[in-house]
Amino acid sequence: MFDHIMQYQSEIWQAIGETFLMVGISISAAVLVGLPLGTLLFLCRRDQLLENRIVFSILNVFVNVVRSFPFLLLVVFLIPLTRFIVGTAIGTLAASVPLAIMAVAYYSRLVEQSLLEVPRGIIEAGTAMGASTLEIIYKFLYVDARSGLLLGLTTSTISFISYSTVVGIVGGGGIGDFAIRYGYQRFEIDLMVFTIIIMLIFVQTIQFVGSTTARLIDKR
Amino acid sequence: MIVLDGISKSYRLKNGPYEAVHSVSLQVFQGEIHGIIGTSGAGKSTLLRMINLLESPSTGHVRVNDLELTQLTTKNLRNARRSIGMVFQAFNLVHNRSVKGNVLIPLELAGFSKQARLERAAECLRIVGLERQAEQYPSSLSGGQKQRVAIARALATNPTVLLCDEPTSSLDPQTTEEILKVLKEINRNFGVTIVIVTHEMDVIKSICNKVSIMEAGEIIETISFEPKGFAALKNDYQSLRRQLLSEVDGDV
Repeated sequence: MFDHIMQYQSEIWQAIGETFLMVGISISAAVLVGLPLGTLLFLCRRDQLLENRIVFSILNVFVNVVRSFPFLLLVVFLIPLTRFIVGTAIGTLAASVPLAIMAVAYYSRLVEQSLLEVPRGIIEAGTAMGASTLEIIYKFLYVDARSGLLLGLTTSTISFISYSTVVGIVGGGGIGDFAIRYGYQRFEIDLMVFTIIIMLIFVQTIQFVGSTTARLIDKR
Repeated sequence: MIVLDGISKSYRLKNGPYEAVHSVSLQVFQGEIHGIIGTSGAGKSTLLRMINLLESPSTGHVRVNDLELTQLTTKNLRNARRSIGMVFQAFNLVHNRSVKGNVLIPLELAGFSKQARLERAAECLRIVGLERQAEQYPSSLSGGQKQRVAIARALATNPTVLLCDEPTSSLDPQTTEEILKVLKEINRNFGVTIVIVTHEMDVIKSICNKVSIMEAGEIIETISFEPKGFAALKNDYQSLRRQLLSEVDGDV
């Protein structure tokens, strides 16, 4: 069995590389866009610092719409946009576009939820000290919500790995696609089991690192 | 000096407008400890929160140290708030920062140099008697210690005014006394004007020079205890005192 798997070593490495690329892009999108968007979502809520029903509704609908798409359909639906951004609708980079958009929607909701757990009074204390909205965000909100934000990112990352397995439909590759093409479609069960084990190890490791770090930085 | 001039605050609720504070005028002179007492819902917290514009008044003017706060730009208001410290019933500490870290926040916001920040934070923790707990996190402190951290934090930027919103209401009587002692020392040693909202008569008795009684959004009476303190109140005031006490009894 092991020899058989070694035969596909280079394909497996390539698939792992593709998964890393897609998940890496998704995490970056989640942090760079999802975090600010989720923060805005929180701040625009009723009775919050930037209370704004219109902005809140727009963001809220965006997050809900993206998240209610079955991911496979989102990939297909976004093909025109992907073509516009990447220049092609096929390949790992192209598959990263719907993944990144899903990542932004997914993580921004988790960010909003984490920030809701920060006691209101802490924001008030910040305001009373003369902090600006931006200072309240990074000196108060992000500080007290940091373990929740990290746990949310951990959960998101694991979902991104899961989502990335279906992008074979647009030639995105990755380890899920490898498992389907070689393991399932060619009846090479041992290859499928092997890739599932690899994914299991990834997910376990990510969850372990995420949970442990979140616990260590939580002084509440 | 704090001058409130005809301030009102109304909210729009589902069943129509609600006026939490109705046309209140009040002067608090520099160095005073001024209590505001009343039942819950009397508007005392709302009144206090209008002094640093945590709530902006619907009408009227707020002047602190000759600065008309209601007329300031956002940026100038933020600067003005640095000279008005505030302490809350729920302490409102940042749980993921150490005791020292919490006191450092206002200093970071005010742009002090690192050296100055550390010195001032240490000084403030010494004032409230917590220098030994500097590196601990709030979760390991008692309620009274948490409130002292909050007081140290409020003092960091050398405010002239300290607003206290039910600062002892979640503390036991002995701890309450400790906190009041700290507040009194701060008032005496640094001349900080203190406005304290409470529903506890003992708080008024032990530290205030003056007290305003609030009812249904209005100040119905302001009594001065000077020069001899609360105990020296004459017979004329006995009825008021009874009224004051019954106010409190109604609440607890």
